[in-house]
Amino acid sequence: MIDLFLTVVWPALKIVLTILAVIVPLILGVAYMTLAERKVIAAAQFRHGPNVVGPFGVLQPWADALKLMFKEVILPAGANKVVFFLAPMLTFALAMLAWAVMPITENFAIADINLGLLYLFAISSLGVYGIIMSGWASNSKYPFLGALRSAAQMVSYEVSMGLIIITVVITVGAGGFNLGNIVEAQRDLWFAVIHFPMFVVFFISALAETNRAPFDLPEGESELVAGYFLEYSSMQFALFFLGEYANILLMSAMTVTLFLGGYLSPVEVWFLGDVWMQPIWFMLKTSFIAFVFLWVRATVPRYRYDQLMRLGWKVFLPLSLFWVVLTSGIIVGFGL
Amino acid sequence: MEEIITGLTFYLFAAVTIASAIMVVGSRNAVHSVLFLILAFFTCSALFVLRGAEFVAMILVIVYVGAVAVLFLFVVMMLHVGENRLFQGVRRFGVVGVLVGLAVAAELIIVISTRAFRQDTPAVASNPTTADLNVTEALGQILYTDYFLLFQMSGLVLLVAMIGAITLTLRQRDGVKKQSIPQQIERKREDAVALRKVESGKGIG
Repeated sequence: MIDLFLTVVWPALKIVLTILAVIVPLILGVAYMTLAERKVIAAAQFRHGPNVVGPFGVLQPWADALKLMFKEVILPAGANKVVFFLAPMLTFALAMLAWAVMPITENFAIADINLGLLYLFAISSLGVYGIIMSGWASNSKYPFLGALRSAAQMVSYEVSMGLIIITVVITVGAGGFNLGNIVEAQRDLWFAVIHFPMFVVFFISALAETNRAPFDLPEGESELVAGYFLEYSSMQFALFFLGEYANILLMSAMTVTLFLGGYLSPVEVWFLGDVWMQPIWFMLKTSFIAFVFLWVRATVPRYRYDQLMRLGWKVFLPLSLFWVVLTSGIIVGFGL
Repeated sequence: MEEIITGLTFYLFAAVTIASAIMVVGSRNAVHSVLFLILAFFTCSALFVLRGAEFVAMILVIVYVGAVAVLFLFVVMMLHVGENRLFQGVRRFGVVGVLVGLAVAAELIIVISTRAFRQDTPAVASNPTTADLNVTEALGQILYTDYFLLFQMSGLVLLVAMIGAITLTLRQRDGVKKQSIPQQIERKREDAVALRKVESGKGIG
């Protein structure tokens, strides 16, 4: 009996606890991301933002969650029931799933796999299905148009993201697909310094991947009402909403890991470089990039669709391809 | 214990793969078919992971699920294939379909019964996977040395296909307003806006 406990139950329990240790703070972070967005945009527009529920409005996410839970679930006429309910779950689950490989300290990631970067890229490229499925299953014009826009947009920007990932992997060298190795390779110099143009291109592509302003055409209010999640209500809507913010945090964490030295401290003095400080650095950097996401939304007007496609295919793709060739040329030429 | 879990996972994913592959053909709704196809791809990549071929698994998800199947779904969603039209040709083309199916099945049986697929035979010479090489490296070693020409040729075939698709769909239309980005950037406030003092009751002549 004790043997069974030690060999089967305890390891399984340990895995579950490890996962919870990452997912619970993540979900809290996602909940407060919704508040942060409203507060940041309010600040940019000289307003106060939510400040009624709790001190400075800190209990606002809970109030929102409770409200959404008690709303009625509405299924549009002629909607495809299974796909309709599957889509928000898929969006949310995929946004959580990708965190499995994120290195949070130098010796902690839920799964420290060899091809962590490819896994991350694969999971984030699946995110488009939640949107396409919701658009199709709603049996409604606006969600369908939103889903079509989103599919084309996400596939386009994935191409340059893939090339940027290749640049990073080439720079790291052997074992470059492992996220821990990528972070360790930045101990002396962050990749944001070496690959500064790619850092910018990656961040803008991340904006397009998460359908955020200025690339939020899939949910463009002025022409598509709300885009792909127009027909959703109650918890289904909440799942889409949280999935979007979880994706923002994921993309921020990915940018931090690839370019801003992940969990590494920017200065190695006193206790700042200690291992226990690493999750804090990781969170701070991720929060900063997530803040830039909100900042951009408060500042930049929306792109037109042809401009979006032009930027993706005619500017970012050649630029990132050129950078791959340049990087590999320099590394091979100078024997680095 | 670990073997039991691995075995169970294998059978789980294998069963899902086969079931969804059957549903691809059997589903009455074309969009459902594509969704099941995506599920089949995904479970296939899970099987690759179980076999230790992580790189192939990830590439399968990124390329097929993340890009190809999205466009596929895109097209099928736009077509609005009804149930009736989906099964229209069953009687006419049924015989041909069965013949093709039998041919493919026969080919599969012949391939599987050859020596290369037998478990007890040692690894084939063209497969340099050793203990100190992981799958990604092994794949790169083969692709960029032994099969370099074939690899380049398949790339060229794709390039030709891409150029073909572009030339087939490219058409020059007249009377379309297009934005010239350099011109747009060159444009200054002075070129577009003029401030005039308008006298009341007269207007600008």
